[in-house]
Amino acid sequence: MGAPTLAVFKLASCDGCQLTLLDCEDELLGLAGQMEITHFLEASSAVRPGPYDLTLVEGSVTTPADAERIREIRAASRHLVTIGACATAGGIQALRNFADVEEFTRTVYARPDYIDTLATSTPVSAHVDVDFELRGCPVDRRQLLEVITAYLAGRRPDIPDNSVCFECKRRGTVCVTVAHGTPCLGPVTHAGCGAICPAYGRGCYGCFGPSGSVNLPALIPVLHRDGMDDRDTERFLHTFNTAAFEEESRR
Amino acid sequence: MTHRGSRVLHVGSLSRVEGEGALHLSVHDGTVTRAQLRIYEPPRFFEAFLRGRSYAEPPDITARVCGICPVAYQLSACAAIENACGITVDPALRVLRRLLYCGEWIESQTLHIYLLHAPDFLGCDSAIELARTARGHVERGLRLKQAGNAILELLGGRAIHPVNVRIGGFHRVPTVAELRPLAGQLERALDDAWQTVEWVSGFEFPDAEVDADLFALAEPETYAIETGTPAVLRADSDTPNLFPLHTFLDRVREEHLPHSTALHATLDGRRHLTGSLARFAISGRWLSRTAVRAARAAGLGDPRAGVFSRNPYRSILVRAVEVVYAVDEALRIIRAYERPRRPYTEVPATAGTGHGATEAPRGLLYHRYVLDAEGTVTDARLVPPTAQNQGAIEDDLRRTAQRAITQSDIEDEELTRLCERAIRNHDPCISCSTHFLDLTVDRT
Repeated sequence: MGAPTLAVFKLASCDGCQLTLLDCEDELLGLAGQMEITHFLEASSAVRPGPYDLTLVEGSVTTPADAERIREIRAASRHLVTIGACATAGGIQALRNFADVEEFTRTVYARPDYIDTLATSTPVSAHVDVDFELRGCPVDRRQLLEVITAYLAGRRPDIPDNSVCFECKRRGTVCVTVAHGTPCLGPVTHAGCGAICPAYGRGCYGCFGPSGSVNLPALIPVLHRDGMDDRDTERFLHTFNTAAFEEESRR
Repeated sequence: MTHRGSRVLHVGSLSRVEGEGALHLSVHDGTVTRAQLRIYEPPRFFEAFLRGRSYAEPPDITARVCGICPVAYQLSACAAIENACGITVDPALRVLRRLLYCGEWIESQTLHIYLLHAPDFLGCDSAIELARTARGHVERGLRLKQAGNAILELLGGRAIHPVNVRIGGFHRVPTVAELRPLAGQLERALDDAWQTVEWVSGFEFPDAEVDADLFALAEPETYAIETGTPAVLRADSDTPNLFPLHTFLDRVREEHLPHSTALHATLDGRRHLTGSLARFAISGRWLSRTAVRAARAAGLGDPRAGVFSRNPYRSILVRAVEVVYAVDEALRIIRAYERPRRPYTEVPATAGTGHGATEAPRGLLYHRYVLDAEGTVTDARLVPPTAQNQGAIEDDLRRTAQRAITQSDIEDEELTRLCERAIRNHDPCISCSTHFLDLTVDRT
């Protein structure tokens, strides 16, 4: 039996999550020795048809063609992992889910009649079964390696779903909300980045989406106390994981 | 299959570019009548999302246009918003922005050289395949790229979508002690960058020339990266003409064509090219001494004497020289670094319109914002380099394909490979504007 095959696909996205794989400078060649990369357009012109053992998908479903394409990708994949906020929660593109997309099209494109788009940006899991979802805008390199290594070892990835607050404590960062009254989504945001924003003196802006156990209503008064009005709060929650936080706020 | 008067050729997706797209070639009686770079971007509506947002938000939001050049988006957004508010940022902070941008240049240009472009010259499908026979070269490329990422991670928090950029400067500025250790890594990177120049200068470069106008920022006395004035070098002239940034949208016009969701741009109604070749032509005379030596070693002649290249295949040489420059410049900034007193200059909200442009690794990136008195964005325009280059890329494709068809009985597979190369020479960042690219050639 040959090495397991790896495929990387993208839908509507910025390429950042698949770039994370190429940013694994120390591990890339080792990984290429353990897996056979059979479809990764950004990295290689050699493309082979599926089935693929492990498929990573970046990006959200925003066009009728991509809704079809993701079904084909699923059918060709033994194990499908979505990487990043777009693929797991619709990403920043999901802002259109709460807006008039026709008006958006008229604003951005001179000839809206040339544009074929869906009124929504949805995660891959809204269309097909997904074996594992890795959060982040972008995903974290260490977590991505953990997902791939876990696959190779035949185990579940060890990706805790606690909040960014845990990572701040571990990093020894003083709480920006407690110490400086800085609005921060850390208490409700999924860990994974290593709590970068508070370490750089700003509040977490939620790019990893909601954590496993979220009490969003409890955070809103704290944001108000720290100077955010309703509109600021709404924008704060509605950016890179807009659909996921929207779902949480309805719970 | 060999040359015929009429045939249709269809290939899947273009590889080793940022993003995905297609190419359509029509050939009638041995003449290429149409060469289209098709950008099937699922529309991403960033300009619409930005409306109603606070003026503090575009740096974080527009970073998400492109994971390959987020700093370019962040710093063009900052420049435009600061311009709208009438603020000039503290020079010590501007230097740190340049350092951050050097990190992106090193990372992104090295990615292009080693992982996307070099395999074309060496007959490989990927750098991973190349590593089987020339592992040392690929390892050097990855190490060099890592040095760029190290700057981004230290100064920006992370390499993709850095979190530390804000209008007016940074959320937090590093201490001298935090920044200094980067110098050791960059000294090694300077060796790697030099060896990159030597390596790529040994490649074979087919003869070719782009006849588009060259377009880049100019900042006299320095190689323009994070700031500058738009400068055009016409195909029939030796002297660049500068024009004020606020007239950008009067000069660079975008048109929406049915075959592409990326907008097509022209400059004064003419085809133009941004990116490494254009920058080297316009700013080459202000390269550092080390980078000038690298340019000579690369066979590009003396940029201080106004020598430059219009051969798109040689763009990989210019990129390699730009990496030497960016490493050298980053070292210079780190060695002279003193921590600024404040991490950012205050930018109070003001009603107004602001323009900002910087040199993304693959070309000039322009932003314009209209703000109301509360600092809410009421209108936004982003003009990425690839949309500007699309016309020049298509022209280059047409000529490449025509030459190949005229000179030989070229087979479909070889013609496809040639066309893909012609596109990769221009390092298109399709994700900035696009997505699905597949090659179709109809011959009738």
